[in-house]
Order: sequence, then C-alpha cells, then structure tokens
Amino acid sequence: MQSGSVESKLNSATDVVRVVELTNISKRFPGVIANRDISLQVARATIHAIVGENGAGKSTLMKILYGLHQPDTGTIAINGAVTQFKSPSEAIKAGIGMVHQHFMLADNLTVLENIILGYEPTKYGVLSLGDARKRVQELATSIGVDLDLDLPISELGVGQRQRVEILKVLFRGAEILVLDEPTAVLVPQEVDELFINLRKLVANGTTILFISHKLDEVLSISDEITVIRQGSTVATVSPKSVDRLKLAELMVGSDLPSHGERATKVGERVQLSARNLTVIGKDRKNPVENASFDVFESEIVGIAGVDGNGQFELCEALLGLVNIQGTVEIGGMNASDLNVRQRLDLGLSYIPFDRHREGLMLAASLWENALLGHEDSLSRGPMIDVDSAKKSCREIIERFGVMTPSELVPAFVLSGGNQQKLVVGRNLAKAPKVLIAAHPTRGIDVGAQAAVWDEIRRSRDAGMSVLLVSADLEEILGLSDRILVMFDGKISAELEPKKATPQILGKYMTGAQ
Amino acid sequence: MRKSLNTLGSSVAAIILALVICGVLLLITGKNPLMAYGKILETGLTSEKLLEMLKRATPLIFSAIAVAIGFKMNLFNIGVEGQYLFAALIAAEMGTHVSLPAPLHVLFILVVAMVSGAAWASIAAILKITRGINEVISTIMLNYIALSFIQWIFETFFRDDSDGGLNVKTTEIAPSGRMPDLVHDRLNGMFIVALLVAFLYWVIVFRSRFGFQLRASGLNPIAARTAGIPANRMILFALLLSGAVAGLVAMPSVIGDVYAYGPSSTPTQFGFAGITVALLGRNHPFGIIVAAMLFGFLDSTSAVLQLSEIPSSIVKVIQAIIVLVVVIVNEASSRRYNRKIAEQAALSPKSLDVSR
Repeated sequence: MQSGSVESKLNSATDVVRVVELTNISKRFPGVIANRDISLQVARATIHAIVGENGAGKSTLMKILYGLHQPDTGTIAINGAVTQFKSPSEAIKAGIGMVHQHFMLADNLTVLENIILGYEPTKYGVLSLGDARKRVQELATSIGVDLDLDLPISELGVGQRQRVEILKVLFRGAEILVLDEPTAVLVPQEVDELFINLRKLVANGTTILFISHKLDEVLSISDEITVIRQGSTVATVSPKSVDRLKLAELMVGSDLPSHGERATKVGERVQLSARNLTVIGKDRKNPVENASFDVFESEIVGIAGVDGNGQFELCEALLGLVNIQGTVEIGGMNASDLNVRQRLDLGLSYIPFDRHREGLMLAASLWENALLGHEDSLSRGPMIDVDSAKKSCREIIERFGVMTPSELVPAFVLSGGNQQKLVVGRNLAKAPKVLIAAHPTRGIDVGAQAAVWDEIRRSRDAGMSVLLVSADLEEILGLSDRILVMFDGKISAELEPKKATPQILGKYMTGAQ
Repeated sequence: MRKSLNTLGSSVAAIILALVICGVLLLITGKNPLMAYGKILETGLTSEKLLEMLKRATPLIFSAIAVAIGFKMNLFNIGVEGQYLFAALIAAEMGTHVSLPAPLHVLFILVVAMVSGAAWASIAAILKITRGINEVISTIMLNYIALSFIQWIFETFFRDDSDGGLNVKTTEIAPSGRMPDLVHDRLNGMFIVALLVAFLYWVIVFRSRFGFQLRASGLNPIAARTAGIPANRMILFALLLSGAVAGLVAMPSVIGDVYAYGPSSTPTQFGFAGITVALLGRNHPFGIIVAAMLFGFLDSTSAVLQLSEIPSSIVKVIQAIIVLVVVIVNEASSRRYNRKIAEQAALSPKSLDVSR
C-alpha cells in the first residue's frame, strides 16, 4: 500500500498529465472485497483499456469512478485534484461520461432529441433546437460520425445507436469517456468504424477508458492496458510489449483452453431441415428469402453474417414465432404447422440473441428463470414441482459455473456473463436434439466463453445438432463443421471452415462476392 | 423470506408515516389528532365494529384479487366495477329461476356470478387479442356500457313490481339460495369464501404451472413467447379469471344480505377500491387480506367519527394518504433492497476469493 502512494507522488511530479488517477482504491461489501488496493493512472488523450474476467471488479471500479459507489479507502483525482463523487451527476459535472453496454435511448424520439434529452438548450425559456442541432452536428463531424439527426432511433442499427450514446455523453461535456464493453454488440466492420471515431476523439483531447475482454481489440486500440483479476490490478502494460496469449494469461491467471480438433464424426441423420423457407416481410422486402439447409446429427452449422441480414428472422421462423412459407423439419418430423411449445417438445432448444429481451425474467429468481420453457417436465400434475425446479437450477449453476450466492436471487443481480451461462445452461440441461444458438457468447469474457464453447462441443459429441448464429468469426471458425453465410436474407455461400479465412468470410458477409 | 420481511416492515412504517401526515392535517383543521385516533381505536376495537370490519373487508378482498390477477401479467383490469355489477344482476335473477337444495343453490348462484363476470371481462380480452386494443381503455369504457346495459335489462326485464313498484329490486332469492350467516346479521359466509379465494389465488398464481406461465408473461412477454408460452391464450385466461373473481364482489350483499339485486341496494365503487387494496397489498394474497381489513376497519369507524364532530371524510383522506405513502416507501425500500442484493451477489464468495 505504501509503495502505491509513493508511486503516485512520483507520477504527479512528472510532466505527463494524469487525467484520472485512482490510488489504492478498496471497496468492501459485507463479507467480501470487491476492489482491493487498485491504483490506476490514465494519461490525457489516451485510450486506456481495462480488461478482466466477469466478476473481476471492473464494474465496481467503474461505478466508483462514476459516483455510483463510494470507495472505503483510497482516492480519486481528476486532473490532479482529489475529488469525491457522491452521485453520477457530480461525476458528470467533473467531465466523466459513461456509455453503458445496454443502450438507454428512447426509441421513438429522433437522434437529435435523444442526444439533447435532459440538457435541452433554451432561448427565452423556449426549446432552441437550431442551436442544439448545430452543436451536435459539429460534435459528430469532429469525430467523423455521419448520422441523420432526424431519424427516429428505432430505424438505426446497433452501431449507429452506440454512436448516438457517445454523442449524447459528449454533448453533456464529457472529457473522460468510459466505454463499457462497447464492441460486444458490434460486427467487425462496425468495430473498425467505432475505432476510427475513438481515435478522432482522442486526437481532439478526450480521454477514453475502454472496458473489454476482447483481447485483439484491446491490443489494437489501446495506448495502455490495465489487467484486473480478483479485485486487484495485476499489471499495467503497453500493447506493444504483450501479445494476446500473454494478456489472456494475466487475465485468467492460467493457460487458455485450446480449441482442439473434434474426436467424433458428423452423423448421417438430418435433425434440422429447412426447405425454401421464406419469412414474409411487413413491408415489401422479405427478411428471409428461400433458405434451404440441413443440419445433421452431431454437427455444428455456423451461420455467419452481419447482424440484420435475416438471421434473427430465420431463428424466429425455425422456432415458430412467425408465419412462414416453405417447410421446417425437426428430428425428421414436419414442424411447419406446429407452435413454439410443440417444436420445443420435438427436442428443439433456443439460445436467444438478446438474453435480456428474449431470454430472462430479470426480476424473477434464478430458479424461475431456469424453469422457463421447462414447466411441463418440472410439474407434478398442474402444480410446479418447486423442489425439483430448484434442484434442477442448482445443477445448472454447478455444471455451468454460474457465479451466484444461490438459486434464489433475482436474475438482474448476476453479471452479463453469468446470466448468459444460466441461459445456455437452461437450454442445454435437458439434452435437446437440436440447438439454435444465437450469439451464445456475446458480451461474456474469455473464461465464460470457453466454458460455453466446451459445453456446446460436449453436447455435439453426444449427438446434438447445432445451428450457430454468430457475428464473432473466431467463434464461427472455431466451432463450425460447416459455414453458411447469410447476406440480405439469402444464404449466399456455403464454406468449409478449414478453407475459410476471416477475409473470405468478410467478402461474403458484406456482399462483395 | 427476507424480502417479505422487508416489504412488511416498510408497509408498517408507511402506515405510521401516513398517520403522522393525517395528524398534521387534523391539526391544521383545528382538531386534536390524538383524540381522533383515540376515537377510531376506541370504537373500532369493539367486537361489533371488528365484525363490521370483516364484513366490509369481504368485497374488497374479492375485488383486489380480481385486480391482482391482471396485475400479475401486466394487465390493468380497470373493469372490475362493470364486471361485478353485471354479474350481480345476472346471478341474482338466475338464482330465482332454479329450485335446488341449499348448498347447491348457493353454489349455482356463485358459479353464475363468476361466469357472468368472466363473460363481461372476455369482451376486453377479445378486443385485445384480435384488435390489439389496450385493456385499460376497453375496460374503462366497458364500465360505462355495463352501467347503462344493466339498468336497461333491470328496468325492462328483471325488476320485480309485485310490491306495486316500491321495491326497486329483483325478485328475492329463496332461502335455499342464501349464504348462511357466520354471526347472526353481522357477518355472512362470504367472508370464508373470500379467504378461500385468496388461498386459491395463491395456489394458482404462485404455485401452479399455469400461474407460472401467467407471471412469466407479465415479467417478460417476449421471453415467455420465446419459451413457447402462447401470449394470446394467457391474456384470455388472465382476464377470464380476473372477471370470474370480480363476479363475486357483490355476492356478500346479493346472497348474504339483501337476497336480490337492486340499483340502490347493491354496493358500487368496490371495483375501484379493489385497485387501491391490491396496490397496498402488493398483489400478494396475505397482503391483500390485511389491506382489505385495514380499509374495512377505517370504514367501520367513519360513522362514529362524525358523531364526535370529526369529519368522516378524514377516513377517506387517511386511506388515500396510506396508499400514497405505502407506494412511495415500498418503491424506495425495494430499490434499496435490490441494490443491496445486487452488490452482494456480484461479490458472492464463489466469484471472488475472499481469503487472499
């Protein structure tokens, strides 16, 4: 602890401007320590990445910086002045802006209205949209964002929404930007665009704290990387001095699990089949057009594609949530006219795109969440068999390593990675014949990702067929036995994973080929 | 368990706070709040008034549970009022047209009331499922339609003119169709039925598979749909069930007291009071029973207050303030509670090595 304070004194004596300086921050909650003696220095106009596994203490640290929690010991200094934030509004006043992983935008307001919301400039007490528009436009231009300010948010893609969030924070005068897992929801092309914007921001003098666990991105974007493990800072390194593997080791503290070749063979029997599957669009365009494919027993078929090219609608169609033309067969049975529950009963299981929207009841307990979709098998007559349901949830928690005090806590208390493990566990626990997995590891860290991949592989080896929808090429290439590319509602290519490279896939995914 | 203790504690605190606020109000109007509260306790705690409390609580329990069934799936059934008045008229009239042995006759009337209430509620359900009409709007509108419709049916078909037009009621139900009293002329058996309905509500909504699917549809309709729970069927069942319980609201009067339906003898406004009681009881059967008794208690004392020159409307003010304060205090305390367990869970021993 003493060496830390000596070090910080030394640093404040040097010429480098430390915009954010956290010294020996500790935060203890009843019975446990969240942050232990964390020291962190961020230089002005740099991108400083903070990496660590789920539950390592990244969020607590950022909440302390943003004024949501107060540290038990240690100090926060902004621009050299020691400060205490009692609430986020004080942090905002000090120039700290937070872009959350889950966007907080009003869907039916325009881009401009969302950006100025709560900070509307007025003239003589009347809303002065003209001035606001000019300022927002300047901000957008200065960081290279091209957005129609009059479009409603509901018409924007994920990448653009994130840009709106960033502009919103900048509009409030943020000079220190905290980005919480900003790339978790983006496809590779969007990530590149975001990084271009971030570099411009830094060039304009903004300081960025970048929370992530995507190591390649962290290595490519940051000026400095701080690794947090089990509540403490493990090391602060320069991206030039480390590689991916070294960084991952610092993060998890052990060797990375390897991908490994599969030992089993793809089966002979078709378990999931789509023939001329078309989803009729609400407007003129059909989101899915004439898709035909088979998934064999013990096979993982990857669907690669940029989000919004019909993957979501394809999953809904296979699950029975939308009206379709064409046929769907599950386990050799024609399922085209069956409802969702009947299809699930045929052995279908679905890990949804968005765990919050489609997967979880956040206010309900873990065991009730684990029960969702399995009510029939965990009932005795018309009554829920509560004991069995809780036991089944405890098994999922154990097997999938969900970190939680018990199965009785509500789902919203878990970190994103642990929520995802619960959703994955719920859908794999009953040994389905066919799994549709949409972004099964989106927004979760390396350790949790490896665990989910291992479970999917193990179930596949046991005979399960998997349709894997992902924008993460590493995931697609690492897991799939066959890759289909979706572009503009159609299946545009079928590739062998051994021959596919990210470059080739990228071409098909963007329609260049 | 800790959660329910948390809820209970904050509810008690809210009631005390509400009494303080009302005390200040009384002081402003030049009355002695201690005297007023003393009067309420003094008169309210006699056995006679306690029986009245239970009697007044009975229809509130039915009404609040009807509302709570909807709330549990994010459906706002504002139409309990229309549903129960419609059910009261139909059940009272149908009860005069059958001759059955006593227990069956009573049961028959109760079933007719439930079916009628559900039938009226089904209009809102069908409008929502087929045309996407928000149930708040349709049930409010259906209340107005019900009032006029009931009046027309009553005046045209069901009014009993055998007394030469003095008796503005349906024909009296035969003794075999009457609910026996628990305490003569003070409390009838509908109170037991209300407790039974509260228990069934708990079993069905909190413990059965159907109830789980209902709550899941309320907690996250998209996740429920994705898990294969048919949204439309849940809307229909929830509103039918809600309407069926609503159908019982006027039964303590119809088969326990007046033995007929009458525009002036059948109590009104319980549909709206039920919303308040459900809110106060946080949609939990035990909470609802306690809240209904509290309201029944305050109602039972209002007449006595008037005799001692304290405006009886102060009781309504206390009720309203209690509800407001309870809602605010509960919201604040559940936020605090949620934050606390979120912090603890994020740091559960498993996710962090404490020893090091």
